Amino acid sequence: MIRFENELKNDKFVCSECPKCNKLVWPPSDFCSGCFSKVIWRQVSRKGKVIEFSKKDNTIFCLAEFESMIRIMGELEIGTNTPGIGQDLELIKCDYDSKEKFFFQLK
Amino acid sequence: MKRVAIGGFGLTKFNKEDVTIESLMLSSVKSLFDNNSNLIQKDVDVVLTSTNDNSKYLANIVSELAGISPKISHTVESLCNSGANSVVSAFSYISSGLADVALVVGAEKFDNPGLVLEWDTSRGQYKHPVYWSSMFTRSHMRKYGTTMEDLAIVSAKNHKNALANPYAYFDKEYSVDEIMQSKNITEDIRVLDCSFPCNGSAAVLLASEEIIKKFTDCPVWITGIGQKTISAGFTKNDDLTSMKSTKHAAYDAYTMSKKEPKDIDVAEVHDAFSICEVIEVEDLGFAQKGNGNQFIKNMYDTGDKKVNPRGGLIGSGHPLGATGIAQIVEISQQLQNKAQKRQVEGAKVGIVQNMSAAATSSTVLIFES
Repeated sequence: MIRFENELKNDKFVCSECPKCNKLVWPPSDFCSGCFSKVIWRQVSRKGKVIEFSKKDNTIFCLAEFESMIRIMGELEIGTNTPGIGQDLELIKCDYDSKEKFFFQLK
Repeated sequence: MKRVAIGGFGLTKFNKEDVTIESLMLSSVKSLFDNNSNLIQKDVDVVLTSTNDNSKYLANIVSELAGISPKISHTVESLCNSGANSVVSAFSYISSGLADVALVVGAEKFDNPGLVLEWDTSRGQYKHPVYWSSMFTRSHMRKYGTTMEDLAIVSAKNHKNALANPYAYFDKEYSVDEIMQSKNITEDIRVLDCSFPCNGSAAVLLASEEIIKKFTDCPVWITGIGQKTISAGFTKNDDLTSMKSTKHAAYDAYTMSKKEPKDIDVAEVHDAFSICEVIEVEDLGFAQKGNGNQFIKNMYDTGDKKVNPRGGLIGSGHPLGATGIAQIVEISQQLQNKAQKRQVEGAKVGIVQNMSAAATSSTVLIFES
Protein backbone atom coordinates (compact mmCIF):
# COMPACT_ATOMS: atom_id res chain seq x y z
CA MET A 1 0.00 0.00 0.00
CA ILE A 2 2.54 2.56 -1.18
CA ARG A 3 0.23 5.62 -1.27
CA PHE A 4 -1.00 5.10 2.30
CA GLU A 5 2.51 4.53 3.63
CA ASN A 6 4.01 7.47 1.75
CA GLU A 7 1.36 9.79 3.13
CA LEU A 8 2.03 8.55 6.66
CA LYS A 9 5.70 9.40 6.19
CA ASN A 10 4.56 13.00 5.60
CA ASP A 11 2.41 12.92 8.73
CA LYS A 12 -0.74 12.70 6.63
CA PHE A 13 -3.44 10.21 7.63
CA VAL A 14 -5.37 9.31 4.50
CA CYS A 15 -7.86 6.63 3.61
CA SER A 16 -9.27 5.24 0.41
CA GLU A 17 -12.84 6.25 -0.44
CA CYS A 18 -15.20 4.86 -3.04
CA PRO A 19 -16.56 7.68 -5.23
CA LYS A 20 -19.46 5.48 -6.30
CA CYS A 21 -20.57 4.17 -2.89
CA ASN A 22 -19.45 7.40 -1.17
CA LYS A 23 -17.94 5.31 1.62
CA LEU A 24 -14.52 5.02 3.22
CA VAL A 25 -12.71 1.81 2.30
CA TRP A 26 -10.81 0.54 5.34
CA PRO A 27 -8.30 -1.09 5.52
CA PRO A 28 -6.80 1.03 2.73
CA SER A 29 -7.09 -0.55 -0.69
CA ASP A 30 -6.93 0.42 -4.35
CA PHE A 31 -10.47 -0.87 -4.94
CA CYS A 32 -13.79 -0.56 -3.11
CA SER A 33 -14.58 -3.69 -1.07
CA GLY A 34 -18.25 -3.26 -2.00
CA CYS A 35 -18.31 -2.52 -5.74
CA PHE A 36 -14.62 -2.85 -6.76
CA SER A 37 -14.53 0.69 -8.16
CA LYS A 38 -11.16 2.43 -8.21
CA VAL A 39 -10.86 4.47 -5.01
CA ILE A 40 -9.88 8.07 -4.44
CA TRP A 41 -7.78 9.13 -1.47
CA ARG A 42 -8.68 11.73 1.10
CA GLN A 43 -7.45 12.91 4.47
CA VAL A 44 -9.17 11.46 7.52
CA SER A 45 -10.34 13.68 10.37
CA ARG A 46 -7.74 13.57 13.12
CA LYS A 47 -10.37 13.87 15.82
CA GLY A 48 -11.27 10.48 17.27
CA LYS A 49 -12.31 8.71 20.44
CA VAL A 50 -10.90 6.12 22.82
CA ILE A 51 -12.26 2.61 22.26
CA GLU A 52 -9.94 0.69 24.60
CA PHE A 53 -6.48 1.08 26.09
CA SER A 54 -3.82 -0.67 28.16
CA LYS A 55 -0.29 0.08 29.28
CA LYS A 56 3.18 -1.29 28.65
CA ASP A 57 5.89 0.01 30.96
CA ASN A 58 5.11 3.74 31.06
CA THR A 59 3.42 3.93 27.69
CA ILE A 60 -0.32 3.77 27.10
CA PHE A 61 -1.38 2.07 23.89
CA CYS A 62 -4.85 2.69 22.67
CA LEU A 63 -7.42 1.52 20.16
CA ALA A 64 -8.95 4.68 18.71
CA GLU A 65 -11.80 5.28 16.27
CA PHE A 66 -11.96 7.99 13.58
CA GLU A 67 -14.94 9.06 11.50
CA SER A 68 -17.02 6.41 13.35
CA MET A 69 -15.40 3.74 11.19
CA ILE A 70 -11.61 3.59 11.12
CA ARG A 71 -10.05 1.91 14.15
CA ILE A 72 -6.29 1.97 14.67
CA MET A 73 -3.89 1.27 17.50
CA GLY A 74 -1.37 3.86 18.59
CA GLU A 75 0.44 5.41 21.50
CA LEU A 76 -1.69 7.66 23.70
CA GLU A 77 -0.27 10.71 25.42
CA ILE A 78 -2.50 11.55 28.38
CA GLY A 79 -0.64 14.34 30.19
CA THR A 80 -2.18 14.61 33.64
CA ASN A 81 -5.56 13.27 32.53
CA THR A 82 -7.02 9.81 33.06
CA PRO A 83 -8.25 8.17 29.87
CA GLY A 84 -11.83 6.95 29.67
CA ILE A 85 -13.74 4.92 27.12
CA GLY A 86 -15.36 7.15 24.51
CA GLN A 87 -13.19 10.13 25.43
CA ASP A 88 -12.11 12.49 22.66
CA LEU A 89 -8.56 12.33 21.37
CA GLU A 90 -6.56 13.70 18.50
CA LEU A 91 -4.11 12.06 16.14
CA ILE A 92 -1.08 14.28 16.71
CA LYS A 93 1.43 12.42 14.57
CA CYS A 94 1.65 9.52 12.16
CA ASP A 95 4.65 8.03 10.45
CA TYR A 96 5.89 5.00 8.57
CA ASP A 97 9.23 3.41 9.31
CA SER A 98 9.02 -0.30 8.36
CA LYS A 99 5.59 -0.24 10.04
CA GLU A 100 2.78 2.25 10.55
CA LYS A 101 3.06 4.47 13.62
CA PHE A 102 0.26 6.48 15.20
CA PHE A 103 0.43 8.88 18.17
CA PHE A 104 -2.67 10.21 19.91
CA GLN A 105 -3.25 12.89 22.52
CA LEU A 106 -6.17 12.97 24.91
CA LYS A 107 -8.38 16.01 24.55
CA MET B 1 -22.01 -36.38 1.13
CA LYS B 2 -19.88 -39.24 2.44
CA ARG B 3 -19.25 -39.62 6.18
CA VAL B 4 -15.63 -38.98 7.17
CA ALA B 5 -13.74 -40.09 10.26
CA ILE B 6 -10.34 -39.78 11.88
CA GLY B 7 -8.64 -43.16 11.69
CA GLY B 8 -5.18 -42.47 13.05
CA PHE B 9 -2.81 -39.87 14.41
CA GLY B 10 0.83 -39.09 15.11
CA LEU B 11 2.57 -36.54 17.30
CA THR B 12 6.04 -35.32 18.17
CA LYS B 13 7.30 -33.82 21.40
CA PHE B 14 6.99 -30.00 21.32
CA ASN B 15 10.42 -28.47 21.92
CA LYS B 16 12.92 -25.91 20.62
CA GLU B 17 15.50 -28.15 18.94
CA ASP B 18 17.12 -27.13 15.67
CA VAL B 19 15.38 -29.19 12.96
CA THR B 20 14.01 -28.55 9.48
CA ILE B 21 10.30 -28.15 8.81
CA GLU B 22 10.40 -31.22 6.53
CA SER B 23 11.97 -33.33 9.25
CA LEU B 24 9.42 -32.10 11.80
CA MET B 25 6.55 -33.06 9.51
CA LEU B 26 8.06 -36.40 8.64
CA SER B 27 8.49 -37.29 12.30
CA SER B 28 4.75 -37.07 13.04
CA VAL B 29 3.96 -38.86 9.76
CA LYS B 30 6.30 -41.65 10.91
CA SER B 31 4.51 -41.68 14.28
CA LEU B 32 1.17 -41.99 12.46
CA PHE B 33 2.38 -44.93 10.34
CA ASP B 34 3.95 -46.54 13.44
CA ASN B 35 0.56 -46.29 15.19
CA ASN B 36 -1.34 -47.83 12.23
CA SER B 37 0.09 -51.17 11.12
CA ASN B 38 -2.63 -51.58 8.47
CA LEU B 39 -1.77 -48.32 6.74
CA ILE B 40 0.52 -48.39 3.72
CA GLN B 41 1.67 -45.47 1.58
CA LYS B 42 -0.44 -46.57 -1.39
CA ASP B 43 -3.62 -46.07 0.64
CA VAL B 44 -3.10 -42.30 0.81
CA ASP B 45 -4.89 -40.20 -1.85
CA VAL B 46 -4.36 -36.76 -0.34
CA VAL B 47 -1.45 -35.15 1.51
CA LEU B 48 -2.07 -31.73 3.02
CA THR B 49 0.52 -29.77 4.95
CA SER B 50 -0.39 -27.04 7.43
CA THR B 51 2.25 -24.47 8.28
CA ASN B 52 3.23 -20.80 8.31
CA ASP B 53 6.76 -21.69 7.29
CA ASN B 54 7.99 -19.98 4.15
CA SER B 55 8.99 -23.28 2.51
CA LYS B 56 7.70 -23.98 -0.95
CA TYR B 57 6.14 -27.18 -2.34
CA LEU B 58 6.05 -28.70 1.11
CA ALA B 59 3.15 -31.15 0.65
CA ASN B 60 4.94 -32.65 -2.33
CA ILE B 61 8.28 -32.77 -0.53
CA VAL B 62 6.74 -34.49 2.49
CA SER B 63 4.90 -36.89 0.16
CA GLU B 64 8.16 -37.87 -1.54
CA LEU B 65 10.02 -38.23 1.76
CA ALA B 66 7.19 -40.45 3.07
CA GLY B 67 7.05 -42.56 -0.11
CA ILE B 68 3.56 -41.35 -1.04
CA SER B 69 2.39 -40.37 -4.55
CA PRO B 70 -0.90 -38.63 -3.78
CA LYS B 71 -3.63 -37.51 -6.16
CA ILE B 72 -3.99 -34.22 -4.34
CA SER B 73 -1.32 -32.42 -2.33
CA HIS B 74 -0.92 -28.82 -1.21
CA THR B 75 -0.27 -26.57 1.76
CA VAL B 76 -2.97 -24.85 3.77
CA GLU B 77 -2.00 -21.58 5.48
CA SER B 78 -4.28 -19.46 7.64
CA LEU B 79 -1.97 -18.39 10.48
CA CYS B 80 -3.01 -20.08 13.73
CA ASN B 81 -6.05 -21.97 12.41
CA SER B 82 -4.15 -23.50 9.49
CA GLY B 83 -4.38 -26.88 11.24
CA ALA B 84 -8.16 -27.18 11.64
CA ASN B 85 -8.65 -25.58 8.21
CA SER B 86 -6.45 -28.21 6.57
CA VAL B 87 -8.59 -30.93 8.16
CA VAL B 88 -11.71 -29.20 6.80
CA SER B 89 -10.13 -29.30 3.32
CA ALA B 90 -9.27 -33.00 3.68
CA PHE B 91 -12.82 -33.68 4.90
CA SER B 92 -14.18 -31.96 1.80
CA TYR B 93 -12.06 -34.01 -0.60
CA ILE B 94 -13.27 -37.23 0.99
CA SER B 95 -16.92 -36.30 1.58
CA SER B 96 -17.23 -35.16 -2.04
CA GLY B 97 -15.86 -38.46 -3.32
CA LEU B 98 -12.70 -36.99 -4.85
CA ALA B 99 -10.56 -39.06 -2.50
CA ASP B 100 -10.86 -41.81 0.13
CA VAL B 101 -7.88 -41.38 2.44
CA ALA B 102 -6.14 -38.16 3.46
CA LEU B 103 -3.02 -37.57 5.50
CA VAL B 104 -2.93 -34.12 7.10
CA VAL B 105 0.27 -33.02 8.77
CA GLY B 106 0.93 -29.70 10.49
CA ALA B 107 4.22 -28.38 11.78
CA GLU B 108 5.94 -25.21 12.82
CA LYS B 109 9.37 -24.19 13.94
CA PHE B 110 9.75 -22.05 17.07
CA ASP B 111 11.08 -19.14 15.00
CA ASN B 112 8.23 -19.22 12.47
CA PRO B 113 7.29 -15.98 10.72
CA GLY B 114 3.55 -16.39 11.34
CA LEU B 115 3.43 -14.88 14.81
CA VAL B 116 2.93 -11.29 13.67
CA LEU B 117 0.57 -10.23 10.88
CA GLU B 118 2.64 -7.44 9.35
CA TRP B 119 -0.12 -6.68 6.81
CA ASP B 120 -2.47 -5.39 9.50
CA THR B 121 -2.15 -1.63 9.11
CA SER B 122 -4.73 -1.04 11.81
CA ARG B 123 -2.43 -2.38 14.53
CA GLY B 124 -0.02 0.53 13.96
CA GLN B 125 3.21 0.12 15.89
CA TYR B 126 1.50 -2.52 18.08
CA LYS B 127 1.64 -5.54 15.78
CA HIS B 128 2.52 -8.26 18.30
CA PRO B 129 -0.39 -10.42 19.55
CA VAL B 130 0.14 -9.29 23.18
CA TYR B 131 -1.42 -5.95 22.21
CA TRP B 132 -4.70 -7.27 20.80
CA SER B 133 -4.96 -9.68 23.69
CA SER B 134 -4.47 -6.77 26.10
CA MET B 135 -7.42 -5.03 24.43
CA PHE B 136 -9.61 -8.13 24.83
CA THR B 137 -8.47 -8.54 28.43
CA ARG B 138 -9.11 -4.95 29.45
CA SER B 139 -12.55 -4.96 27.80
CA HIS B 140 -13.60 -8.21 29.49
CA MET B 141 -12.38 -6.86 32.83
CA ARG B 142 -14.30 -3.65 32.31
CA LYS B 143 -17.57 -5.30 31.26
CA TYR B 144 -17.61 -8.45 33.39
CA GLY B 145 -15.25 -7.75 36.28
CA THR B 146 -12.66 -10.34 35.21
CA THR B 147 -9.59 -10.16 37.45
CA MET B 148 -5.90 -10.95 36.99
CA GLU B 149 -6.45 -13.86 39.39
CA ASP B 150 -9.20 -15.26 37.14
CA LEU B 151 -6.74 -15.21 34.25
CA ALA B 152 -4.00 -16.82 36.34
CA ILE B 153 -6.39 -19.72 37.08
CA VAL B 154 -6.69 -20.44 33.34
CA SER B 155 -2.92 -20.69 33.05
CA ALA B 156 -2.56 -22.71 36.27
CA LYS B 157 -5.21 -25.20 35.08
CA ASN B 158 -3.65 -25.62 31.66
CA HIS B 159 -0.08 -25.98 32.94
CA LYS B 160 -1.36 -28.58 35.40
CA ASN B 161 -3.18 -30.50 32.64
CA ALA B 162 -0.04 -30.39 30.47
CA LEU B 163 1.84 -32.42 33.10
CA ALA B 164 -0.10 -35.47 31.87
CA ASN B 165 0.70 -34.71 28.22
CA PRO B 166 4.01 -36.36 27.25
CA TYR B 167 4.23 -34.19 24.10
CA ALA B 168 3.80 -30.81 25.85
CA TYR B 169 6.45 -28.11 25.72
CA PHE B 170 5.99 -27.26 29.42
CA ASP B 171 6.38 -29.84 32.16
CA LYS B 172 6.10 -27.62 35.19
CA GLU B 173 3.15 -26.86 37.42
CA TYR B 174 2.65 -23.22 38.36
CA SER B 175 0.60 -21.99 41.30
CA VAL B 176 -1.88 -19.15 40.82
CA ASP B 177 0.46 -16.99 42.92
CA GLU B 178 3.49 -17.78 40.75
CA ILE B 179 1.52 -16.84 37.65
CA MET B 180 0.30 -13.63 39.32
CA GLN B 181 3.93 -12.76 40.11
CA SER B 182 5.29 -13.61 36.66
CA LYS B 183 6.70 -10.82 34.54
CA ASN B 184 4.26 -8.23 33.20
CA ILE B 185 4.34 -8.03 29.42
CA THR B 186 1.68 -5.33 29.49
CA GLU B 187 -0.42 -4.09 32.40
CA ASP B 188 -3.01 -6.77 31.51
CA ILE B 189 -0.87 -9.70 30.32
CA ARG B 190 1.81 -11.58 32.26
CA VAL B 191 4.32 -13.86 30.63
CA LEU B 192 2.55 -16.96 31.99
CA ASP B 193 -0.75 -15.82 30.46
CA CYS B 194 0.83 -16.33 27.02
CA SER B 195 1.21 -19.40 24.83
CA PHE B 196 4.74 -19.88 23.53
CA PRO B 197 5.89 -20.54 19.98
CA CYS B 198 7.82 -23.82 19.78
CA ASN B 199 8.63 -26.66 17.42
CA GLY B 200 5.85 -29.14 17.02
CA SER B 201 4.25 -31.51 14.58
CA ALA B 202 0.98 -33.42 14.51
CA ALA B 203 -0.64 -35.64 11.89
CA VAL B 204 -4.08 -37.17 11.39
CA LEU B 205 -5.46 -39.71 8.95
CA LEU B 206 -8.96 -39.16 7.57
CA ALA B 207 -10.90 -41.74 5.61
CA SER B 208 -14.34 -42.39 4.19
CA GLU B 209 -16.82 -44.72 5.88
CA GLU B 210 -16.07 -47.48 3.35
CA ILE B 211 -12.34 -47.49 4.11
CA ILE B 212 -12.03 -46.42 7.75
CA LYS B 213 -12.46 -49.92 9.23
CA LYS B 214 -9.15 -50.93 7.65
CA PHE B 215 -7.37 -48.52 9.97
CA THR B 216 -9.33 -48.55 13.21
CA ASP B 217 -12.14 -50.22 15.11
CA CYS B 218 -12.87 -46.90 16.85
CA PRO B 219 -13.36 -44.24 14.16
CA VAL B 220 -13.89 -40.69 15.36
CA TRP B 221 -16.52 -39.13 13.12
CA ILE B 222 -16.37 -35.51 12.07
CA THR B 223 -20.04 -34.56 12.38
CA GLY B 224 -19.98 -30.77 12.58
CA ILE B 225 -17.94 -28.12 10.79
CA GLY B 226 -18.05 -24.35 11.09
CA GLN B 227 -15.54 -21.97 9.62
CA LYS B 228 -15.91 -18.19 9.59
CA THR B 229 -13.72 -15.23 8.74
CA ILE B 230 -14.95 -11.80 9.84
CA SER B 231 -11.93 -9.85 8.59
CA ALA B 232 -8.15 -10.01 8.54
CA GLY B 233 -7.52 -6.77 10.43
CA PHE B 234 -7.84 -6.92 14.20
CA THR B 235 -9.76 -3.69 14.63
CA LYS B 236 -12.84 -4.93 12.76
CA ASN B 237 -13.71 -6.82 15.99
CA ASP B 238 -16.53 -4.52 17.10
CA ASP B 239 -17.02 -6.23 20.50
CA LEU B 240 -13.73 -6.89 22.26
CA THR B 241 -15.37 -9.12 24.88
CA SER B 242 -16.44 -11.68 22.32
CA MET B 243 -15.12 -13.60 19.30
CA LYS B 244 -17.67 -13.08 16.56
CA SER B 245 -16.02 -15.57 14.19
CA THR B 246 -16.06 -18.28 16.87
CA LYS B 247 -19.75 -17.70 17.58
CA HIS B 248 -20.58 -18.00 13.87
CA ALA B 249 -18.42 -21.10 13.40
CA ALA B 250 -19.79 -22.74 16.55
CA TYR B 251 -23.39 -22.11 15.44
CA ASP B 252 -22.69 -23.76 12.08
CA ALA B 253 -20.87 -26.72 13.65
CA TYR B 254 -23.60 -27.31 16.26
CA THR B 255 -26.28 -27.05 13.57
CA MET B 256 -24.54 -29.49 11.22
CA SER B 257 -23.98 -32.06 13.98
CA LYS B 258 -27.40 -31.50 15.59
CA LYS B 259 -25.62 -31.05 18.92
CA GLU B 260 -25.84 -28.37 21.59
CA PRO B 261 -23.24 -27.06 24.02
CA LYS B 262 -24.66 -29.31 26.77
CA ASP B 263 -23.87 -32.39 24.64
CA ILE B 264 -20.12 -31.67 24.56
CA ASP B 265 -18.06 -33.91 26.87
CA VAL B 266 -14.57 -32.60 26.06
CA ALA B 267 -13.21 -29.49 24.32
CA GLU B 268 -9.97 -28.20 22.92
CA VAL B 269 -10.11 -24.41 22.73
CA HIS B 270 -7.54 -21.94 21.42
CA ASP B 271 -6.05 -20.36 24.56
CA ALA B 272 -3.40 -18.25 22.82
CA PHE B 273 -3.71 -16.09 25.95
CA SER B 274 -5.59 -16.72 29.21
CA ILE B 275 -8.38 -14.30 28.24
CA CYS B 276 -9.03 -16.31 25.06
CA GLU B 277 -10.16 -19.40 26.97
CA VAL B 278 -12.50 -17.29 29.12
CA ILE B 279 -14.15 -15.77 26.06
CA GLU B 280 -14.21 -19.08 24.17
CA VAL B 281 -16.01 -21.11 26.86
CA GLU B 282 -18.62 -18.34 26.81
CA ASP B 283 -18.89 -18.09 23.02
CA LEU B 284 -19.05 -21.88 22.60
CA GLY B 285 -22.01 -21.85 24.99
CA PHE B 286 -20.49 -23.71 27.94
CA ALA B 287 -21.01 -20.70 30.23
CA GLN B 288 -23.20 -17.62 30.12
CA LYS B 289 -21.49 -14.42 29.00
CA GLY B 290 -19.53 -13.11 31.98
CA ASN B 291 -19.48 -16.50 33.75
CA GLY B 292 -16.55 -18.02 31.87
CA ASN B 293 -14.20 -17.32 34.76
CA GLN B 294 -16.39 -19.15 37.27
CA PHE B 295 -16.78 -22.08 34.86
CA ILE B 296 -12.98 -22.35 34.52
CA LYS B 297 -12.40 -21.91 38.26
CA ASN B 298 -14.78 -24.80 38.96
CA MET B 299 -12.76 -27.02 36.60
CA TYR B 300 -9.51 -25.97 38.28
CA ASP B 301 -10.87 -26.54 41.80
CA THR B 302 -12.32 -29.98 41.00
CA GLY B 303 -9.63 -31.28 38.61
CA ASP B 304 -12.21 -31.45 35.80
CA LYS B 305 -10.36 -31.78 32.48
CA LYS B 306 -13.31 -31.02 30.21
CA VAL B 307 -11.60 -28.02 28.58
CA ASN B 308 -8.05 -28.30 27.26
CA PRO B 309 -7.15 -31.67 28.80
CA ARG B 310 -3.77 -31.76 26.99
CA GLY B 311 -2.89 -28.37 28.54
CA GLY B 312 -4.10 -26.09 25.77
CA LEU B 313 -1.73 -23.83 23.91
CA ILE B 314 -0.53 -22.29 27.18
CA GLY B 315 0.61 -25.63 28.63
CA SER B 316 1.46 -27.55 25.46
CA GLY B 317 3.11 -24.77 23.45
CA HIS B 318 1.85 -23.23 20.22
CA PRO B 319 3.54 -24.46 17.03
CA LEU B 320 1.07 -22.56 14.83
CA GLY B 321 0.54 -24.92 11.91
CA ALA B 322 0.48 -27.97 14.20
CA THR B 323 -1.81 -26.58 16.89
CA GLY B 324 -5.21 -27.26 15.29
CA ILE B 325 -4.14 -30.76 14.34
CA ALA B 326 -2.75 -31.47 17.81
CA GLN B 327 -6.12 -30.33 19.21
CA ILE B 328 -7.86 -32.82 16.88
CA VAL B 329 -5.45 -35.59 17.90
CA GLU B 330 -6.34 -34.94 21.56
CA ILE B 331 -10.09 -35.09 20.94
CA SER B 332 -9.60 -38.27 18.88
CA GLN B 333 -7.67 -39.88 21.73
CA GLN B 334 -10.33 -38.77 24.22
CA LEU B 335 -13.20 -40.23 22.16
CA GLN B 336 -11.28 -43.49 21.66
CA ASN B 337 -10.73 -43.68 25.44
CA LYS B 338 -6.96 -43.61 24.83
CA ALA B 339 -6.07 -40.37 26.61
CA GLN B 340 -4.63 -42.17 29.66
CA LYS B 341 -4.13 -39.77 32.58
CA ARG B 342 -5.89 -37.00 30.65
CA GLN B 343 -8.98 -39.08 29.93
CA VAL B 344 -12.35 -37.43 30.47
CA GLU B 345 -14.48 -40.32 31.69
CA GLY B 346 -17.03 -41.55 29.16
CA ALA B 347 -16.30 -38.85 26.55
CA LYS B 348 -18.45 -39.44 23.44
CA VAL B 349 -18.72 -35.97 21.88
CA GLY B 350 -15.85 -33.50 21.52
CA ILE B 351 -15.30 -30.06 20.07
CA VAL B 352 -12.25 -28.24 18.69
CA GLN B 353 -12.07 -24.45 18.39
CA ASN B 354 -9.02 -23.16 16.52
CA MET B 355 -8.75 -19.44 15.69
CA SER B 356 -6.31 -16.98 14.20
CA ALA B 357 -5.21 -13.36 14.28
CA ALA B 358 -7.22 -11.97 17.19
CA ALA B 359 -10.15 -14.26 16.37
CA THR B 360 -10.71 -12.59 13.02
CA SER B 361 -11.13 -16.17 11.74
CA SER B 362 -12.27 -19.31 13.57
CA THR B 363 -12.80 -22.98 12.84
CA VAL B 364 -15.00 -25.18 15.02
CA LEU B 365 -15.24 -28.94 14.56
CA ILE B 366 -17.45 -31.44 16.37
CA PHE B 367 -16.42 -35.09 16.71
CA GLU B 368 -18.33 -38.17 17.82
CA SER B 369 -17.15 -41.64 18.69
